[in-house]
Amino acid sequence: MTTGKTGEPHDRVDGRAKVTGQARYAGEFTAPDLVHGFVVGSAIARGKIVRIDAAEALALPGVLQVYTHENTPRLAWRDRSWRDMVAPGGSPLRPLHDAEIRFSGQPVALVIAESFELAREAAGLVKVDYEAAPHETRLAEVESEAHEPARGKKGYTPPPKPRGRADEALAAAPVRVEATYEHPPLHHNPMEPHATTVIVEADGSLTIHDKTQGVSNSRDYVCKVFGLASDQVRVVTPFVGGGFGSGLRPQYQLFLAVLAARELRRSVRVVLSRQQMFTIGYRPWTRQRVALGAERDGRLCALIHEAVGNTSRFEDYCENVVPWSGVLYECPNTRLEYGVAALDLYTPIDARAPGAVTGLWALESAIDELADALDIDPLALRLKNYAEEDQDHRRPFSSKALRDCYREGAARFGWHRRTLAARSMREGALQIGWGMATGIWEAQQAPSQAKALLTVDGRLHVASASGEIGPGTYTIMSQIAAEQLGLPLAAVRFELGDTALPPAMIQGGSATASSVGSAVLAVCRALQHTLLKLAQALPDSPFGGRTLADVEFVDRGLRLRSGVAPAVPLAAIMRHAGLGSIAEQATAIPDLARQSRYTSNAHSAVFVEVAVDEALGTVTVRRVVSAVAGGRILNPKTARSQILGGVVWGIGMALEEHSMLDHGLGRFVNHNLGEYHVPVHADVPAIDVVFVEERDDVVNPLGVKGLGEIGIVGVAAAIANAVFHATGRRIRELPITLDKLL
Amino acid sequence: MLPGMGDDTCAITLKVNGSTLRLQVAPWTTLLDLLRERLGLTGSKKGCDHGQCGACTVLVDGVRINSCLSLAVMRDGASVTTIEGLAEGDALHPLQQAFIENDAFQCGYCTPGQICSAVGLLAEGHARSDDQIRELMSGNLCRCGAYPNIVAAIGQAMRPRRDA
Ligand code: FES
Ligand code: FES
Repeated sequence: MTTGKTGEPHDRVDGRAKVTGQARYAGEFTAPDLVHGFVVGSAIARGKIVRIDAAEALALPGVLQVYTHENTPRLAWRDRSWRDMVAPGGSPLRPLHDAEIRFSGQPVALVIAESFELAREAAGLVKVDYEAAPHETRLAEVESEAHEPARGKKGYTPPPKPRGRADEALAAAPVRVEATYEHPPLHHNPMEPHATTVIVEADGSLTIHDKTQGVSNSRDYVCKVFGLASDQVRVVTPFVGGGFGSGLRPQYQLFLAVLAARELRRSVRVVLSRQQMFTIGYRPWTRQRVALGAERDGRLCALIHEAVGNTSRFEDYCENVVPWSGVLYECPNTRLEYGVAALDLYTPIDARAPGAVTGLWALESAIDELADALDIDPLALRLKNYAEEDQDHRRPFSSKALRDCYREGAARFGWHRRTLAARSMREGALQIGWGMATGIWEAQQAPSQAKALLTVDGRLHVASASGEIGPGTYTIMSQIAAEQLGLPLAAVRFELGDTALPPAMIQGGSATASSVGSAVLAVCRALQHTLLKLAQALPDSPFGGRTLADVEFVDRGLRLRSGVAPAVPLAAIMRHAGLGSIAEQATAIPDLARQSRYTSNAHSAVFVEVAVDEALGTVTVRRVVSAVAGGRILNPKTARSQILGGVVWGIGMALEEHSMLDHGLGRFVNHNLGEYHVPVHADVPAIDVVFVEERDDVVNPLGVKGLGEIGIVGVAAAIANAVFHATGRRIRELPITLDKLL
Repeated sequence: MLPGMGDDTCAITLKVNGSTLRLQVAPWTTLLDLLRERLGLTGSKKGCDHGQCGACTVLVDGVRINSCLSLAVMRDGASVTTIEGLAEGDALHPLQQAFIENDAFQCGYCTPGQICSAVGLLAEGHARSDDQIRELMSGNLCRCGAYPNIVAAIGQAMRPRRDA
């Protein structure tokens, strides 16, 4: 067996579990005493409950209890206790807390019954009378009241100060474009609905299987809200059926399941229906204005980007929509602004590449509009304004192979064959359009820990309370560990998703490989260190006076890099020391002193061909090339899949996805997968993914930048630009459905 | 008597992954809930419960169906194959193997449905090109967007049959 390595395309180590149905998700754990909960959601968007009558539901044999605000015990009273690790500023929702209704679908009752069907049936019998208050769910009506978001959301950075005099420069610019771009609220809709199974253990402690991107976040939330000690609550989530951000914050089914389990002292499962998946967070509805001024040769002289996204009335969700515009292109005069405006909807939540997806949709559309106004090739225009340093922070990039993305992506796509004018490429009744856009995402690292146990039989167990929402965490962590200790991949077992393990950062922002990977690297280095020391005690040891730099771990053994002698088996080293196993634990903390001297981003260039049926207005994406600069690639196979997923999301955002509000009801009405359209097989063409070479020793010890987000950024703009090239119609409001093209 | 069900249960016989089971089921219990909640076969997934996502796809007498749209009592006497029943001991079904080799999944939640659907698709024998695979697999959503790899996996599993 060969040594497991990073950089090589390995099949997923959890593949077998996933193709045989053995991988267990949150709503699939069980216990002999398990009962089922079903949520009743509010029928109005704003107002209060005046009467709630559960008598009929309770009369059904097998219904155990109906929880409402009237019989739910008072729990933590400070907002602080309800605020999870990634909560934005404001007062988080407290389910079943009082009679007040703040959004349609807000949980107003939880029915607990002996079977799922019975709970669902009984939920329909709970009668709720409301006193409705006027609600507002139209962004245009509140846009003028946009405010700076309240502080508190992790990762949010207010826009940088203006540089130069953007408004004057715009007024004086020889060429100007200015437009407003909009996209609707978008729900993540992971295939696995949100679910929580709470198992009440014999000692009264709780084992919770929660659909979450951060087991520690769920555990801490439950402890704070219910006043429990951390050793009374263990959250175990080995697999998550897609998160995309929807699992970053504890969703209300977690609270409800724990509430019922504690009250009834029985194990409880609560699973949201697909309809109820439209009552949790979403990518916020956002309107943006971009104004660009340029010289006749295409050099940017003014850039203004203003955005307003929606939030709820009780929390200020916010995201980094506009900062990218100050970083991506060289421009002496920029003004970037961002605000949030409250609607009577639930609070939005991060969705794949939050902020960047939104900002780049507008910016990259506007750049295309400018290229058209200038009669310049859109790629040439981007190269002309290529930023060599971060002008807003006046610091260099730790690496930026975006130029290579442009070059390799264009070559793969055959961009040079594109004709400049809109409506100039045609195939019979089909209008053909080629469009492109740039993507950008921040490379981040957060503190994480890992532990490792190497046993004399040559097996290595590594663990960290990270997650597996689909990126391939099990696989790449196993690869990193196998490589460090010269073991075959099959000898390594990586465990995650359990609060009993050393804590890891929450799985989001494309930072798992960087953060948890660095912790795995650190714990393996600790093992290496110990092994080298032990090897130095061997009789006639060749390792005397040597450091880790002089040796390598290969073929289950240790040897001198310079030497020709075969490796000394790790088992022999351990046996000589009389050790059956070696355990280590390590923490990886970002080197902020160094990292803060640089700006670190992943980049991409995405090229798209669309065909538009002129008579029907239907848009088909025919091919996509996505060229990505994401630092070192640990596993080209799973890495490619991440980019594919991002591109597919981009196709959905551009052409299909739209959470539609009935403003009379204040409710999302297409709340099912038949009417909320996500891309299906037939919508997705061949997608060509290219990873360009990029070295970066600043971002983290592994040199990785993360790939979960970068694949989607820019895709919607590239498609809109291609549609313009095909039809001459500039669509500035997503999704680009056929009615907008007819 | 099952809780909350009165005496209204029906006796049915189902062959599930080769074993014959005699079951008392409520008339409103779907095949999917029966598999997941009663029989512990959680490999079949629930993504929508409305026939809109394909996560619950199983094979009934060799034909792919959405098990959330079928009441268990409607399948009395049928033979049901779920994802748990595809491998022969340790030997994976060729489609399972092809899914692993082509990295045809990420989170894995749609995967059992995709694979069962693909088994049904191959048995139907209508798909000859990638475009036909795409069209005929469009009832199986994958929010992770593994579509290109799923098409590649199915194409790989189809190939020996084509050559034959
Ligand atoms: S669960 Fe049956 S089709 Fe979605
Ligand atoms: S693999 Fe996640 S939904 Fe298909």
